[in-house]
Amino acid sequence: MQRHRVTEALWGYAFIAPTALGLAVFYLWPVLQTAYYSFTEWGAFGGHTWTGTDNYVRLIHDPEVGRALVNTFAYTFLGLLSIPLAIVFAALLNRKMRGVGIYRTFFFLPVVTMPVAVAMVWRWLYNGDYGLINYVLSLVGIDGPNWIADPDTALYALVVIGVWTSVGYNLIIFLAGMQAIPADYYEAAELDGAGPLRQFLRITLPLLSPTAFFVSVVSVIGSLQLFDLVFIIAGSGNAARANPAYPRLETVVQLFYDRAFVTNDRGYGAAIVIMLLLIITVLTALQFRLQRKWVHYA
Amino acid sequence: MRMRGTTRIGTALLGVVALALTAACSGGGDDESGNEKVTLSYAVWDQNQKPAMESLAAEFTKTHPNIAIDVQLTPWEGYWTKLKAAATGGAAPDVFWMNGPNFQLYASNGVISPNPEQVDTSVYPKALADLYTFEGKSYGLPKDMDTVGVWYNKTLFDAAKVAYPKDDWTWADFQAAAAKLTDPAKGVFGTAAPLSSFQEYQYDTIAQAGGYVISPDGKTSGYADPKTIAGLKFWTDLIAGKQSPDLKTMTDTTPIQLFEAGKVAMYWGGSWNVSEFSGNDYTKGKIDVAPLPRGEKQATIIHGVSNQVGGKSEHSKQAWEFVKFLGSQPAAEILGKTGPIPAYNGTQTAWVAAHPELKLQTFLDEVAYAVPYPVSKNTAAWNEAELTHLTKAWSGEQPVDAAATALAADMNALLAKE
Repeated sequence: MQRHRVTEALWGYAFIAPTALGLAVFYLWPVLQTAYYSFTEWGAFGGHTWTGTDNYVRLIHDPEVGRALVNTFAYTFLGLLSIPLAIVFAALLNRKMRGVGIYRTFFFLPVVTMPVAVAMVWRWLYNGDYGLINYVLSLVGIDGPNWIADPDTALYALVVIGVWTSVGYNLIIFLAGMQAIPADYYEAAELDGAGPLRQFLRITLPLLSPTAFFVSVVSVIGSLQLFDLVFIIAGSGNAARANPAYPRLETVVQLFYDRAFVTNDRGYGAAIVIMLLLIITVLTALQFRLQRKWVHYA
Repeated sequence: MRMRGTTRIGTALLGVVALALTAACSGGGDDESGNEKVTLSYAVWDQNQKPAMESLAAEFTKTHPNIAIDVQLTPWEGYWTKLKAAATGGAAPDVFWMNGPNFQLYASNGVISPNPEQVDTSVYPKALADLYTFEGKSYGLPKDMDTVGVWYNKTLFDAAKVAYPKDDWTWADFQAAAAKLTDPAKGVFGTAAPLSSFQEYQYDTIAQAGGYVISPDGKTSGYADPKTIAGLKFWTDLIAGKQSPDLKTMTDTTPIQLFEAGKVAMYWGGSWNVSEFSGNDYTKGKIDVAPLPRGEKQATIIHGVSNQVGGKSEHSKQAWEFVKFLGSQPAAEILGKTGPIPAYNGTQTAWVAAHPELKLQTFLDEVAYAVPYPVSKNTAAWNEAELTHLTKAWSGEQPVDAAATALAADMNALLAKE
C-alpha cells in the first residue's frame, strides 16, 4: 500500500516536471537573478560589482521614481472603472435579443486587436489639430486640447484607451459568470415579486462577486505593469522626454525600460522592477484579505 | 527574444564552421589573408543603404576572394540595444556602423579596436576624423557625412512675397522671413523649433551664437554660458512669437509632417532629408535648400557614420582590410551614387548631381565652417538631462536661462562621473 502511494507520487511529479522545470528556468531563475542584480552596478557592456543597497537608497530619493509611481497608481485606480462598465454591458448582453452575437463581437474586438495598432489609432484620434475627437468638439464650438501632449489631460487620455481595451475582456468573463448563475434563483425571486433591478442587485451582483474579485486582481496586476500603450503613445528615451506631458505619462515599467536598456543602468533598472514586484505582491495579498468582506461564494 | 536566440545559435554555428575551416586550412602555417576563407559580419541600421552596402561588399570580395561579407540589417530602433547585448556577450559583429554619441563609450570599453596602422585621415573632413579619435588614437574610418541646412517651401515664399534666402543671410533675415511667412489664418508657421533632435536645431544655433555645449576636453558643460543661452533663446523666442508651433503641437504632429503638409515654411533639416523630400508628393518640386543663417558666426553641426572593427573580432585583420576598403575613394564613389554624402573629400559630385533641381552644393560648402557634434564618454546620460530641463523652457514653464543653468549643473555632475 505504502509502496503504491510512493510510486503514484513519483508519477505525479514526473508529469508536472516539464511545466515545473520550464517555470523554474524561465521565470523563477530570472526573478532570482534580477533580485541579485538589483544589488549591483553594471558596466555598459556587462561586468557588475556588488554595491549593497545603493540602488535602493537611490530609488527612494529619485523624484522620477516617485512620479512614475503616482502615475501608475492613478492609472491602475482609474482603470478599475472598466469593472462596473463591464458588468453593466454584460447584463445588457446577457439576454435573448437580435444580433447579440454581433454586439458581443464588437465589445471583444479591442481585446484581439494588437495593442500597438490600438495605440496608433488612438494617437491619431487624440491629435490636437487634426484629430477626429477635436474635430467633433469643434463642431459644437469647443477648442479641444492636445490630449496626449497636455500635462492636464494626458493621463486621462491614457485611462480611456486602457478602459476601452479591457472592457471587452472583462465583459466576457462576467458574461460567463452570469450564465453560471442558476435560473431557479430568478424564478423564485420573480414569484416573490422582485423586479429586474432588485434581481440584479440581490442575485446577480452577489453571485458575481467571485468573478469580480478575479477580474479586479487580474486588472490591478496588469495595470501596474502598463508599458506598451505608453511606449507607442509617447515613445521611449529622448523622443518621449521631449513631450511636455511625459511627467504625467511615465509609468514604473517605462522607467525600468529607460534605465535598463536606454541609459545602461541595469542594476538600477533591476531595483526598480523588484520594487514593482513587491508592490504587486502586497497589493494582491491585500485584495485577498479584503475579499472576505465582500465576496460571496454560493 | 526568439529572433535573437536564433541569431545567437546562427552565430555560434558560423563560429564552429569558421573554426573548422581555420583548422582545416591552418596546416600551411600562418597564412593570414591568403588562403583562409572567412565570412565577416557587417552590421548596419539603414534599410535604404543596404543595397549600396551589399554592392560594396561584393566589390570587396572581387579583390579579396577569400573574404565574404554578410551584411546584417538591424533597424535603428533596435540597433544599439542589440549591439550592446551582442558586445556584452562577446559576440559583436566583425565590422559595424558607429555614430558620434556612442563612439567614446564603445572605444573606452574596448568594444571597438584602434586602427592597427596609420592611415591618412586628411582625406576626410577634419571634424569627422577628430570625432572618431579617442585618447589620441583613431578608430575606424569615416563612411559618410551630413550637415544641416534650411529647407524652404518656395510656394509659401512666393505667396507671402518673401525673397528666397541668400547664401549670406543672418539671424535677423531669418527672423524677419519667419515673421512674414507666418499666417495664422491659414495655419502656416514661418518655421518650427522642436526639441526632438538637437543636431539640426539647438547645437547649431548654440555654435552660431558663439557658445558651446561641452568644453573641448569633455569635462564641463557649456549650458550656463550666456552665449549658449542666446543660442537656445533663438528658438524659444520663435515659439513665443508664434512663428513656430508650440511644443504640444509639435509633439502631436512632428515638424517634418507639418513641412510636408505646407504648414511650415522653413524647416531646419539635414542633408539626409534629400531622398525624403524629393520623394514626397507635396514637397517634390516645391522646395529648395539654403545654408543656415549666420549668428555671431557661421556654423553648422557636422556628423558622419564610421565603420569600426569589433574589438573581439576573430578576424580583425580581414575586418580592418574591409574597413580600409570602405573608407577608400572607390568605395566612396559607389556610395555617392545613392547617398548619403560620402566622407571622402572630392567624391561628392555624384551626390550633388543626382538632384540638379536642389542646391545640394550648399551642404558641402558648409563643411568649411562646420563644428563637430558634441559628445563625451557617456553622451546618452546628459542627452537625457538636456530634455528633462529644456522641456520646461520650451513649454514656457521656466525661463530659458534658469533651465539652462540647472541643466549645466546636472550635466557637470554627470560628466564628473565619467
